[in-house]
Amino acid sequence: MTGPEGSDTARERIEQVYRSDSRRVLATLIRLLGDFDLAEEAMQDSFVAAIDRWPVDGVPANPRTWLVSTGRFKAIDRLRRRATFDATLAPVLRRVDRSIEQPEFDDDKLEDDRLRLIFTCCHPALGRDAQIALTLREVCGLTTEEIAHAFLTPAPTLAQRIVRAKAKIRDANIPYQVPTLADLPERLDSVLHVIYLVFNEGYSASSGSTVVRHDLSTEAITLGRLLVDLLPEPEAEGLLALMLLHDARRAARMPADGELVLLDDQDRTLWNRPQIDEGRELVEDSLRSRRVGPYALQAAIAAVHANALTASETDWPQIAGLYDVLMRVEATPVVELNRAVAIAMRDGPAAGLAQIDAILARGELHEYHLAHSARADLLRRLGRTHEAVVAYERAIALNTQEPERRFLARRLSELRTA
Amino acid sequence: MRYLCLIYDNEKAWEKMPKEEADAVFGEYFTFTEGIKASGQHLGGEALQPTQAATTVRVRNGKVATTDGPFAETKEQLGGYYLIDARDLNDAIQVAAKIPSARYGSVEVRPIMEFTSM
Repeated sequence: MTGPEGSDTARERIEQVYRSDSRRVLATLIRLLGDFDLAEEAMQDSFVAAIDRWPVDGVPANPRTWLVSTGRFKAIDRLRRRATFDATLAPVLRRVDRSIEQPEFDDDKLEDDRLRLIFTCCHPALGRDAQIALTLREVCGLTTEEIAHAFLTPAPTLAQRIVRAKAKIRDANIPYQVPTLADLPERLDSVLHVIYLVFNEGYSASSGSTVVRHDLSTEAITLGRLLVDLLPEPEAEGLLALMLLHDARRAARMPADGELVLLDDQDRTLWNRPQIDEGRELVEDSLRSRRVGPYALQAAIAAVHANALTASETDWPQIAGLYDVLMRVEATPVVELNRAVAIAMRDGPAAGLAQIDAILARGELHEYHLAHSARADLLRRLGRTHEAVVAYERAIALNTQEPERRFLARRLSELRTA
Repeated sequence: MRYLCLIYDNEKAWEKMPKEEADAVFGEYFTFTEGIKASGQHLGGEALQPTQAATTVRVRNGKVATTDGPFAETKEQLGGYYLIDARDLNDAIQVAAKIPSARYGSVEVRPIMEFTSM
């Protein structure tokens, strides 16, 4: 302990520790107490105790350990009081009591707890929506209202989703563990997918009038960084790189007037260069691992775009080549569509159009607006104006994002007046 | 902790399956069952008669209502179950994934309600 400090200084320190460490404290309390809600209450209690004690006793040498141990005792107090009225709590109380005898936790163990928390929140036995809500709530510390607002979901619906997810964890006995090596690929996929969905929800909201819901992208990048710190797997690095590289274009993609600017037309001096450099280093790290996955490949493609100071300098042969590799790892129609666009840039619009038409002829991507807008663009460049108009109309009808719809409508009216 | 693994299969596919193929799957089931008996995770399990023999029972307003057939019309029907002992859900999912029908149908994993005496 340091000596008693002014209450203002202590209070500032508590706020700082809350921001930097409350999620770590929570993650450890969940392990020790075996219950999300109890751990949440205990964490809050421990900070209340800190407000009480730190101005008098001084800030402890290791605030985190102090908070965990205080929270644990507070939880036992709560359980003892409740057990008087509720006999079913007796086994819980016994378990928590036993946890007191466990050896003191060191910082390495605490970092493991954060990873346990991430993997538990993203457990595949929970629905995707529940994974996202729980991760933002428990790992990022967002409030239920904040998450509901970001996902345009009524707050009671979202609260219910979190309650159900916690009940499933408890009732089905989902363990609070980092997966074994055998399970890791599938389980890591689930975590990466949740982070990427949060990022995309922020980067290009699936509906609504703002293209960038900045906060969610920032949360996703923070989560990505945390994951890479805790578990530097190549695909975790790949995902972080991908998010950093996309996010680096934010100012150029969505200037103040709220109109979407496509990659080709962006003012590249607005790109965030330090962030691009960081993303590029991560891609290179990931590719060096020789365990190349879809996130790293998509990041590599984004890095090639970032290398070009003007759109015309883009190295399309390299991008098309990376899409060929991506098709071998993850052969989805959407990847194939992007590859077709790269081929159009490398070999001309006719070559790309043939690829897109082949995808549509297989009966895939009919309802996907980007397939129709890409097709419309190629038809326009080939001078097939009438067909281009039809394709633009189809793309607008399928698109739910206002700025993107306005962009397509502008293209359409240019064609009609041409 | 105990889990019930409910095995959903397409009955019609079973009826149409050539005998050698069906025998091979039965063989797999035998091997699987012996395996979880040996590991101590097997608590029980039976194959069920086809859904034609099923009856669904509901009680509404204190009255018992019985209907012919399984609880829902889906492509797959409940074909059997294993009652297993597993450390936690991850362990139970690993066992369930080894049930041969997990590859053709679905296996529903349900935690058993444990009643503790007060």
